[in-house]
Amino acid sequence: MSNNRDDNILVRIRGLRFARGERMIFDGIDLDIERDKVTAIMGPSGTGKTTLLKLIGGQLRPLSGSIEFDGEAIHSMSSSRLYAVRRRMGMLFQSGALLTDISVFENVAYPLREHTRLSESLIQKLVLMKLEAVGLRGARDLMPSELSGGMARRVALARAIALDPDMIMYDEPFTGQDPISKGVLVRLIRRLNDAAHLSSIIVSHDVQETLEISDMIHIISHGQVVGSGTPEQVMASDSEWVRQFIHGEDDGPVPFHFPAADLQTDLIEGSASC
Amino acid sequence: MLNSLAALGRRGLNMIQSLGRASLLLLNILRGQACLLSRPSLVVRQLYSVGVLSFLIIVISGLFVGMVLGLQGYYILSRFNAEETLGVMVAASLVRELGPVVTALLFAGRAGSALTAEIGLMKATEQLSGLEMMAVNPVKRVLAPRFLAGFLSMPMLAALFSAVGVFGGSLVGVGLLGVDDGAFWAQMQANIDWNKDVMNGVIKSLVFGAVVTWIALFEGYDAIPTSEGVSRATTRTVVYSAFAVLELDFVLTALMFGET
Ligand SMILES: Nc1ncnc2c1ncn2[C@@H]1O[C@H](COP(=O)(O)OP(=O)(O)OP(=O)(O)O)[C@@H](O)[C@H]1O
Ligand SMILES: [Mg+2]
Repeated sequence: MSNNRDDNILVRIRGLRFARGERMIFDGIDLDIERDKVTAIMGPSGTGKTTLLKLIGGQLRPLSGSIEFDGEAIHSMSSSRLYAVRRRMGMLFQSGALLTDISVFENVAYPLREHTRLSESLIQKLVLMKLEAVGLRGARDLMPSELSGGMARRVALARAIALDPDMIMYDEPFTGQDPISKGVLVRLIRRLNDAAHLSSIIVSHDVQETLEISDMIHIISHGQVVGSGTPEQVMASDSEWVRQFIHGEDDGPVPFHFPAADLQTDLIEGSASC
Repeated sequence: MLNSLAALGRRGLNMIQSLGRASLLLLNILRGQACLLSRPSLVVRQLYSVGVLSFLIIVISGLFVGMVLGLQGYYILSRFNAEETLGVMVAASLVRELGPVVTALLFAGRAGSALTAEIGLMKATEQLSGLEMMAVNPVKRVLAPRFLAGFLSMPMLAALFSAVGVFGGSLVGVGLLGVDDGAFWAQMQANIDWNKDVMNGVIKSLVFGAVVTWIALFEGYDAIPTSEGVSRATTRTVVYSAFAVLELDFVLTALMFGET
């Protein structure tokens, strides 16, 4: 189907530019996601990590540049082709994005019922297995509104892996998890990746977990990739950007603040206006 | 002056843009209808929440509208000694106008606003994005069955409204004010025309059903995904639906009854 089949790059991003209103979110990003690897995307809050996942999933269109999934350009596909390709992607949303009118069990069963003709008993088995993997088999009859944030995220993970996709995108899988479930999730993501020949993209702020789990790390800031490498390389990096981010220093090239006028002017204007 | 002109222009452009988006959405919804043939259960569930749950408000409103028609009609007709035609008057006003129109207005308030809020909140909580990433097209899976349900429910609800209204009119006219029972029903049967009155009413409510449901679904799908955005969208659904129904009613009435 494609000339890149035997190439080990699953997602190839070239010269990606994307803007929200006037603000450039990405300004010429080149990035490769390799097959069968866990790739982490890190970066300060608000740099556009979620946006990047949505671009890969074809939910947003780039201003220019290209995103190829398995050799096919995502944004020039017909809509039916795009839906076919999405079957091979799983995505764990930052918010969980569970369907609120059906139970946990039905949520996980949903993609199976939509895309396969499996028998009810097989669906039952599959769903319970997926829920078992995230430690929530006992919660199958709860409604999404009865779950905590962390539990909802784990149910969403069970749903994302229900169809055994080729690639899973995890948006902040560790946020809101206690240390025990964090550990379980780290191992689960690793195990899924290695056992099922998945490719994983993890977006996360949790430096420790991310260093532990990933094969490759890309750090994004200011619309650019500011550092890439294996965890060891990143740890040892002498780039200021990377050091600041990995070690959580507040001084450095990565600003903590969203772009704004300086505080003094804002405060003075603020007091004058009321 | 220039500023307000520019603002006016911007609003106009925005409106045309929304209209374009709404038309595209409608096109996609209509395309999605084909998939529903293989999955009627999706439509049945929506028929329940859009149609069946609107029963009570329709029945109660229909009854009272019919009763008021009976009262008012009797006062006027009795001045000309034409009380026997009360049945015709009540039935014609209901079947031609009040049935389709009032039902559509009530439907917009009861079911349309609920549809907008539901879809808007699904958008705000990323459920629609979630569906897309599960390779499920939300327009086909979520919007299309709701549209069909709205389109089909409206004529049935309007018929119910008219039937209950006629009953209410007879209750007041025959039961309370002493119009002759036989004359009331016989006149009605003789003078209400199947094609001209009943079918035209049905056509009206099919049009209203499609338009109100379209507005409700579009406003939800196009809502700004925040609580304020959804609340505004819900208001817009009710307001726009009311405008659309009343204006279309005038146009349709002129087309249907103009020539005779
Ligand atoms: N719907 C939207 N409309 C306009 N701007 C948006 C929208 N969504 C996101 N943005 C902007 O795009 C930027 C990137 O957002 P994104 O959600 O991708 O950040 P993120 O890197 O995932 O941050 P976090 O780590 O906090 O989740 C943000 O600065 C935000 O202001
Ligand atoms: Mg994010």
